[in-house]
Amino acid sequence: MVKGIENKSNDQRPFEPSPPFAIEAREVNIAYGARRAVLDVTLKVPEHTIVALIGPSGCGKSTLLRSMNRMNDFVNNATVTGEILFRGQNIYESGADPVSIRRQIGMVFQKPNPFPTSIRKNITWGPKINGYQGDYEELVETSLRRAALWDEVAGKLDESGLALSGGQQQRLCIARAIAMDPDVILMDEPCSALDPSSTLKIENLLLELKDRFTIIIVTHNMQQARRVSDYTAFMYQGELIEYGPTDEVFETPRQELTRDYVSGRFG
Amino acid sequence: MSEIDLTQGSTGLSNQVINRAPDLQGQFLSGSTLWRPRRGRRKFFGVLFLLLTLLATLIGVAALIVLLESVISQGWSRLSWDFINNFPSRIASRAGIKAALVGSVYLTGLVAVIAIPVGVGAAVYLEEFAADTRWRRIIDINIANLAGVPSIVYGMLGLMLFVRICAFGHSLLAGACTMSLLILPVIIVTSREALKTVPQGVRLAALGLGATKWQTVRAHVLPTALPGILTGVILSLSRAVGETAPLLMIGALSYMAFVPESPMDDFTVLPIQIFNWSSRPQDEFRVAAAAGILVLMGILLTVNSCAIVMRMRYQRKMQW
Repeated sequence: MVKGIENKSNDQRPFEPSPPFAIEAREVNIAYGARRAVLDVTLKVPEHTIVALIGPSGCGKSTLLRSMNRMNDFVNNATVTGEILFRGQNIYESGADPVSIRRQIGMVFQKPNPFPTSIRKNITWGPKINGYQGDYEELVETSLRRAALWDEVAGKLDESGLALSGGQQQRLCIARAIAMDPDVILMDEPCSALDPSSTLKIENLLLELKDRFTIIIVTHNMQQARRVSDYTAFMYQGELIEYGPTDEVFETPRQELTRDYVSGRFG
Repeated sequence: MSEIDLTQGSTGLSNQVINRAPDLQGQFLSGSTLWRPRRGRRKFFGVLFLLLTLLATLIGVAALIVLLESVISQGWSRLSWDFINNFPSRIASRAGIKAALVGSVYLTGLVAVIAIPVGVGAAVYLEEFAADTRWRRIIDINIANLAGVPSIVYGMLGLMLFVRICAFGHSLLAGACTMSLLILPVIIVTSREALKTVPQGVRLAALGLGATKWQTVRAHVLPTALPGILTGVILSLSRAVGETAPLLMIGALSYMAFVPESPMDDFTVLPIQIFNWSSRPQDEFRVAAAAGILVLMGILLTVNSCAIVMRMRYQRKMQW
């Protein structure tokens, strides 16, 4: 296993995606107290693409994802060094405001977590606290349509979001994130709690959302990474082992470790 | 089971398994030397435990019934509008609880105004904002311990702090401040427990939409935790209604022929009035005490039922 890490510095040039970048991580290190979770990761995410973060449990992919909109701020003892650039601005510099960063970099969580209130209010609360001046009814409809949920909930917008099925709840959470009109949406294993048909719906949805948003998705499901993502980053024990176009990472991986992982030899 | 071919097994166990007939009475296992199920014994202990817990429940219920029965039989006939609307009197048949009843209501209201914002505020700070440092843990332990301090000690604290240093005198305000201190730890502890039951996902969802911590707490965490917070608040307020010792300590009156009109006025409360009557030699005052207990219990039961109704309404509104 360790052989793969040593091989990292081989003669092939590292993959360079073309700008503009939505998110750019530069030599990012993240530690929880003394435990180092992410080691020296540099990763460029081009705009309007889907980037999948894959790797075995505990490899640091969720930690890296959460650092991209400063959700790590709420984790005890988490320290981030290095830079994470969003539109060229380091979101960890001293003047950066995490509240406005999260307003522009939305997040969808592993477990569907709608607010315990109506479907409508689930969508409108975020825009409301951020001073949205437009038409709220229209916003609710477009967000739900974009999340491919409108047809299923159109007649019951005042019913509880929690009365929906798991897959519908997760699409509601995506609609809630979309309603903020963010630049980037971070997704932390959004399908891990869902059945295959809900998963399929969400995957199709991601492909449509790509036109408007940049999506970074953490997934345990390698088929899913393959189906939806343009680029794939493979992480192992906190290090970014390989990053490149999804086809290349899965079909002609440069690292032995990547090959072992994507072929299902471990993980 | 079908994948495992038991007939190929070489151990004695698998042979036994094959030969086993349906064994509903435990014949097979009790015949084995490896297993000693002792079913009869286990069932006996199961039933015994059930009966013991039932007995424990009945003891509580029985005590309540005996108490109610004796109080009602003594005091029911004494209850009348005059009893509620009269001031206490030397003449037992004319004595009433007006001053004490009004004092209890005012005191509870003042305690609610002081203790709810302070208690819930402290709970929100400790649960939602404070970083997990050594200091916070020291505060945590101290608050939990404060809940166990005897009420008479709070009375002494109130006497020194509010009656003397703040110079509130033996007033309603001094009493309310003392009672607030007494129930604060309970409100803080129960409110924190309620806040802990709010799913973390709700907080993260709100924060992830670009909400500030205050917006998150205000719009999602507090409403979700409110039924639990209400329960704690009401239970501690009922405790404040019933407490006597700290108020005696700070010098609440036992005889009052007027109704307090401002927080700085002298006051008395129902438990003190009851205590005072029940220590008189005349039987008629004992009857008055029983009637006073009925009023006090009526108030407590009403308040607690209100709490339950409010909680149920709110839970329905939350659409869980």
